[in-house]
Amino acid sequence: MTILKLALKNLLGAGLRTWLNVFVLSLSFVLIIFARGLIDGMNRQAEQAMIASEIAGGHFQHPAYDPYDPLTLADAHGPVPAPLAALASSGKAAPVLVIQGTIYPEGRLFTVRVNGIDPGQALLNIPTSFLAAPNAPNAPTDDASDAEIPVLIGTRMAKMTGLEKGDTFTLQWRDARGTFDAREAAVVEIFSTSVQTVDSGQIWVPLALLREMTGHSGEATFVVIAQGTAAPVLAAPASARPSGTPADPGAWVFRGPDYFLSDLKAMVESKTAGSSILYAILLLLAMLAIFDTQVLSIFHRRREMGTLMALGFTRTKVIGLFTLEGMLNGVLAALVAAVYGIPLLAWIARTGWALPGDTDSYGFALGERIFPAYGLGLVAGTTALVLLVTTVASFLPTRRIAKLKPTDALRGRMS
Amino acid sequence: MTDTPLIVTKDLKKIYAMGPHKLEALAGVTLSFDKGEFAGLVGPSGSGKTTLLNIIGSLDAPSEGSAVVMGRRVETLSHKEAARLRNRHIGFIFQTFNLLPVYSVYENVEFALLLLGDPPAVRRRKVMAALDWVHLADRTKSKPAQLSGGESQRVAIARAVVKEPDIVLADEPTANLDAVNSHNILQTMERLNRELGTTFIFATHDGKVMQYLRRKITLVDGRVASDEPVDGRVSSDEPGEGRSATPPATPAPGARP
Repeated sequence: MTILKLALKNLLGAGLRTWLNVFVLSLSFVLIIFARGLIDGMNRQAEQAMIASEIAGGHFQHPAYDPYDPLTLADAHGPVPAPLAALASSGKAAPVLVIQGTIYPEGRLFTVRVNGIDPGQALLNIPTSFLAAPNAPNAPTDDASDAEIPVLIGTRMAKMTGLEKGDTFTLQWRDARGTFDAREAAVVEIFSTSVQTVDSGQIWVPLALLREMTGHSGEATFVVIAQGTAAPVLAAPASARPSGTPADPGAWVFRGPDYFLSDLKAMVESKTAGSSILYAILLLLAMLAIFDTQVLSIFHRRREMGTLMALGFTRTKVIGLFTLEGMLNGVLAALVAAVYGIPLLAWIARTGWALPGDTDSYGFALGERIFPAYGLGLVAGTTALVLLVTTVASFLPTRRIAKLKPTDALRGRMS
Repeated sequence: MTDTPLIVTKDLKKIYAMGPHKLEALAGVTLSFDKGEFAGLVGPSGSGKTTLLNIIGSLDAPSEGSAVVMGRRVETLSHKEAARLRNRHIGFIFQTFNLLPVYSVYENVEFALLLLGDPPAVRRRKVMAALDWVHLADRTKSKPAQLSGGESQRVAIARAVVKEPDIVLADEPTANLDAVNSHNILQTMERLNRELGTTFIFATHDGKVMQYLRRKITLVDGRVASDEPVDGRVSSDEPGEGRSATPPATPAPGARP
């Protein structure tokens, strides 16, 4: 208690020097928490956006479907398994048929992925209702073979192709028999999303129409399951099959949210590692400030150390006192950081942090603003880390005191 | 006075290594001090006064010989034991006062009692009695930077005696003070010595201090050149040049009626 009281008095008695250190340290606190919170918020936002617009509760995929290989699309479809069809009829699943197609806007050629989805689905945050809106300029009619195909595209796709709402273009595809077919399509809506994988290079059309166009009646490439819905068991897992047995075409594979988010998480981890350099620099600055102060303090206060020893302090106590003084810098910094940091960080968390430039280039499903997320673990962890660093930085210079003779200290000399 | 001396040094030597050379600060000092002495180590600079005081105060250890203080051999004490001996039995007064700059007058004096673990009420009573004794009871909240040299040294005296130590070691306590303050300080210490029975040992070459000593030990080149009682001692009841005859308003801390 005596040491704590003395340490606090010494610290506060040092006046401006202490408060400068405390301010620098508090900046480290706030910046580290902000930077970590930004990455956590970015991660969380990207996850939420991907789940909302692409993943939902997971996908049952046709066994031949490889989203990274467009050449597999021709064979990656089949009848929707009965349990999934039952889920779809109750609104807890949304089948999606995917084919490869080519569009010719303004005479230019773009290879696209054509996604057929039920316009009434509510599992993915994609405005598919526009595909069925009765007042849409090119809504499907009873005579589907003559009508323009209603198409929904994202803003990236629109930018890439130069298409605008109401524009028409030729869509070419290959049907179930391998015959190429083509028809006019019209953009009924352009939607904005932060998830590139439902936008770039893709167009969305009504599922029933696509099935009719391709002759894949009742088929799908994958089936999206609603969040919170237990995935039904469709077939024995591949591992249960005898070795060398070809995949059962009926054995659809379930891919949960973790599967889809693994790439994102790996990317976030790599970005987190990169941002650690920033933390290290901030902590190094804080450590240098404390270390420098401690060295100066020990040099200037040798006589005081001698007095303390003459009064009955052991060297260990003197070391403890000086280390505690340094550590209290961290405690004061945490308090100061709380005074201005909490309102500041809370405000940023509420209003978001505008990202500079084109967020698509980040490789994340990012919005234009990031909303940092500050967890208790982040704040407690950062506080503990800064306190640990300041304690170590405070302790290192005090080791000289261990060699200090009281008589030398009283004369103002170092042993 | 008691039969058993408080301090006994026997053939005490202290040798400092100065690069390839060795400096013999003490060259075989044999002395003893009884309880209640008011003694001074006098001699020119470099004669070993402060070194001897430091060894008696367990701030330093002898190179050879022995120093027994309060029944403990200083040369065998660990850092912790030496610290405990200083804390409980020895008070120090320094030439440069050595007050803790961030503490108030009250807190500086209280500091020694905090280390002893005295309860707050006891601490308050003892601190106020000590400050009363040095006539600084009205400056409890002042910081050392706000005090004059004489006042600072009086705070240092209060800090040294507040824990009622057996021994007070004063190293050139008047070197930074003018004549009036020096006499005031010395009178205070003499009164504490008389009323508490505290043993005072000075290291000094100040003639004003020597006027008050009852025993004068002269050191020359680390050896005891002379050790004699001083007959012409001036009592605080007999005002001398530049001295105040004002008696203290309150008894010394721990004084018994």
